[in-house]
Amino acid sequence: MQISARHLDKTTIFDVSGDIDLATSPQLRKALLHELRETRTPRVVLNLKAVRYMDSSGVASLVEGLKVSRGSGARLILYGLNPSVREVLQLSKLVKIFEIYENEEQAISP
Amino acid sequence: MGQSALLLKLELQSNPEMLCVVRHALGQLAETLGFSSAECRAVVLAVDEALTNIIRHGYGGEEGHPIRASFRRIQVALGGRQRKALEIMLEDRGKKVDGPKLCGRPLEELRPGGLGIHLINECMDAVEFRRKLGRNQLRLIKLLHGPKAEMGA
Repeated sequence: MQISARHLDKTTIFDVSGDIDLATSPQLRKALLHELRETRTPRVVLNLKAVRYMDSSGVASLVEGLKVSRGSGARLILYGLNPSVREVLQLSKLVKIFEIYENEEQAISP
Repeated sequence: MGQSALLLKLELQSNPEMLCVVRHALGQLAETLGFSSAECRAVVLAVDEALTNIIRHGYGGEEGHPIRASFRRIQVALGGRQRKALEIMLEDRGKKVDGPKLCGRPLEELRPGGLGIHLINECMDAVEFRRKLGRNQLRLIKLLHGPKAEMGA
């Protein structure tokens, strides 16, 4: 898994690629929680277009990020979900819990 | 249960970095057997979640412990006719698994963790666990074009 950050006005976009699983999800979790807790960015966006696979440890990282964002009044937004990532969120009954968009334009619109 | 043919046998270590190797091999195997794309993703997710549980809970996150995985083509009698299926057997020497933990947790609760068992049950047509001679054995069955052909439907 690769993860890199872009910073716009009051928004950080993480571009994530590869597989999010037991081996790689700690890296995602660390980046998300740092952005939400330490940097206190009001809007954190995850670009998942290039994520081929996500397991429950990846879902757990997103849920933890969502809980922290809710606690601090920030927004955690996902976009570009491929079928594999969408399915794991659907099976976890979490697809309606997250703010999900099709593309970046929608994700960063006010 | 009718005839059974061993297709693939893997001996791996409880190393999280091996999960992607198993996923790729299993995805190819399921595709070769004629499973649809959605079925392939379901089998891969279930096995990945099961191996993750073995590594995290059975072996407490320690690397270097043995896990055996075998994949067989089988015939299952269902509704008076024989159905083609993939049988996956995972075996480890980790801690005994508690029965209640195999049921998963209620999904209404928004908290990280505890989703693996739920995903395995959703993705597979049969899930059986037993403890035998100090080993955990998890048997997973996926019917070819079975009732759970479409994930997340």
